Amino acid sequence: MTTATFDAPAPARDDPLREAIEDVAGVPEVYGEAFNEPEQKVKELVIVNWSGDLDKVWPVLILSSTAAASGVRARVFVTFWGLLPFVKDGKRIVGENWMQKMLTLMQRPGIDHLKLSKMNFAGMGPWMMGTLRKKYNVASPRELLQAATAMGVEFIPCQMTMDMFGLKREDLIDEMGEPAGAATAIEIMTEADASLFI
Amino acid sequence: MTIQITQTVDARGLSCPMPIVKTAQAIKAIPAGGFFEVLATDPGSVKDFAAWSRSTGNEIVEQSADGGVFRFVLRRK
Repeated sequence: MTTATFDAPAPARDDPLREAIEDVAGVPEVYGEAFNEPEQKVKELVIVNWSGDLDKVWPVLILSSTAAASGVRARVFVTFWGLLPFVKDGKRIVGENWMQKMLTLMQRPGIDHLKLSKMNFAGMGPWMMGTLRKKYNVASPRELLQAATAMGVEFIPCQMTMDMFGLKREDLIDEMGEPAGAATAIEIMTEADASLFI
Repeated sequence: MTIQITQTVDARGLSCPMPIVKTAQAIKAIPAGGFFEVLATDPGSVKDFAAWSRSTGNEIVEQSADGGVFRFVLRRK
């Protein structure tokens, strides 16, 4: 499996959160072999990540990484606005025609540019959330995404949304899996032990 | 039964879900049946480690709190 690489800021010294994230990177898949007997069925969680809002994507990443850490196979089907946070760093405007470009102009892609669904106040809300996050040493969406992919959480992009938004496979982060459609989402959701639409 | 702790997971200062994520990572280096301890300051970790123990089968054999630091001794499944 690929190891996550991000252009994260230089690590601060004596930062326990940073150390924890670095410990996690490079760890092979945790679920399955680590905790479960071979004959025992691995529990499965499927989350549909529909929203690109900070206060939706964040819990998706918290739950999916915790599931992987608990020996649960975690898969995230990424669709509609939910796809934009998974666009690679440095890609500002994506899409082929002007309407697709307008979408990403209005909602900036990338994991560091999420808006709040409530009280966004032109960026004031997310800024306050980020300040509180640092004060209470909570892992950021970027850090959680790194931990999640390192622990084997699978992210499946929606092919139809990619087509509609004009997103190409290479516009998305390398850790994304193969694009799939609604039938795949239904299959994995109905076979999973729990499925969530966030 | 003698408990010989082979590894300490220091999750002090970390918020949910990092104590669990860090522990799941550290546990790979511990042999089956081996004991390890986790130190955490997140008050939610008391309920969370109990749940994680039930999900994964890694048993909590000892638990204490001292000055805001929670200590869990677990046995690797």
